[in-house]
Amino acid sequence: MLEGYTKEIREAAKRLIRDKKVDCVIGYSKGSIPLVDAPYFAYTEEECENLVWSGFCTKNLAKYLIKRLGKNALVAQGCVSRSIVGLINENQVKRENVYILGIWSPGMVDRRKVLERVGGKEIIDVKEDEEKLVVIGDGWEEEIKRKEVLRQNCYTCASRNAVLFDEFIGEKKESKGGGDIDNVAAPWEKLSIDERWEKFRETFKECIRCYACRNVCPLCYCAECFVDESRPQWCGKTQDEADVYTFHILRAFHCAGRCVDCGACESACPMGIKMRVLTSKLEKDIRNMYGYEPGMELGAIPPLSVYRPDDPENFITP
Amino acid sequence: MSNFEPKILAFLCNWCSYGAADLAGVSRMEYPANIRVIRVPCSGSMSPKFILEAFRQGVDGVWVSGCHPGDCHYISGNLYARRRFQLLKNLLEYIGIEPERLHFTWISSAEAGRFQEKAKQIVEAVKKVGPANEKKKLIKELKPIA
Ligand code: SF4
Ligand code: SF4
Repeated sequence: MLEGYTKEIREAAKRLIRDKKVDCVIGYSKGSIPLVDAPYFAYTEEECENLVWSGFCTKNLAKYLIKRLGKNALVAQGCVSRSIVGLINENQVKRENVYILGIWSPGMVDRRKVLERVGGKEIIDVKEDEEKLVVIGDGWEEEIKRKEVLRQNCYTCASRNAVLFDEFIGEKKESKGGGDIDNVAAPWEKLSIDERWEKFRETFKECIRCYACRNVCPLCYCAECFVDESRPQWCGKTQDEADVYTFHILRAFHCAGRCVDCGACESACPMGIKMRVLTSKLEKDIRNMYGYEPGMELGAIPPLSVYRPDDPENFITP
Repeated sequence: MSNFEPKILAFLCNWCSYGAADLAGVSRMEYPANIRVIRVPCSGSMSPKFILEAFRQGVDGVWVSGCHPGDCHYISGNLYARRRFQLLKNLLEYIGIEPERLHFTWISSAEAGRFQEKAKQIVEAVKKVGPANEKKKLIKELKPIA
């Protein structure tokens, strides 16, 4: 938990509830296990005392705004605020129904990296500040630099500060993750065609089709997802390789031009699958070909809903 | 490999490319029998799902063809499709589907010659990369298509 921010979030939340500005404040509370904080809905001033801000706020809360009634406040770091912008642009959320508590993200932690660092020992608690974590177990303690255990997407973040907000919690700080996304977005591009397939297969073969990655993603709000369609059935429901691959290709493709690289999908996956390798490739192509970055601008038209007469067409068989 | 005859599924738009195939037919212009045609209303109505499903059903190559940009019967269907196809082709190539298996062309209903030429060219390209099932790529079960 990051004390200063937590205190400010609680105060802002209590004020909003007290003044009846919002019906609910959506944020995070301490999770039931260390290294995982949970989404939390505070309806009363007392409940606001449970809100926290930490390096483990890896779910994308924008998801909860979809089809939600009433007026809600939402704690939003850069990527989450970008998702809100996307949802407003796609007419899923009304700007006036959400009060955005913008915040800066110190970079969220990849739980698996921490577990690996401590050699799988049981962790009882974690203390943190912006620079480091202190992982505490039964009779041991280990200090880890935050920047050594961040989620991959946080290293190349385009905006750690919220891009859209009604109120900012704390100060705006360095907004870039530091890494160059274009260098890492499409790691398989340099491989041969058969090596690529091997990587693809390797990456997705453990998928158990639990759909946590879909359910956590703020882009996935279709009334009926293609994986649930049965007549016709475009994607079988089994864990057969072909079904798994079809699922992942289409899931990524449906996010094209919309994915803000929040990393919620990877953080939610129980199998540790790195599915951003597909979405980040698509977003890289979209930046390069159509000059578009999702979630940065209210009123922007998603790149697959428009065209230009001179769009590239090197996919055409010459 | 020399006697390998690939199966190629062609999605042709009703207004242009299907017309070209028709014209090639009535003009007695021969093209390889490897091509199976499905007529679609517009290249803009093509979903990536159709292309993946074709591979899942065991075809060795897919060909999508529509009206030339600017000539779409629905004015802009193919221009929206263009962005989708460009991204899809890049993505499939990125994950290791040989680019020779997936083809896109713009062919107007008057261009029977061009249709014939592309059909030959695409069959040759797919022959070169061989059967799709060799590496069991996206294929669920091999159901022969008629
Ligand atoms: S696909 Fe993953 S990274 Fe992209 S918006 Fe959805 S949850 Fe976030
Ligand atoms: S969360 Fe992971 S295991 Fe579950 S469907 Fe997504 S990739 Fe597969």
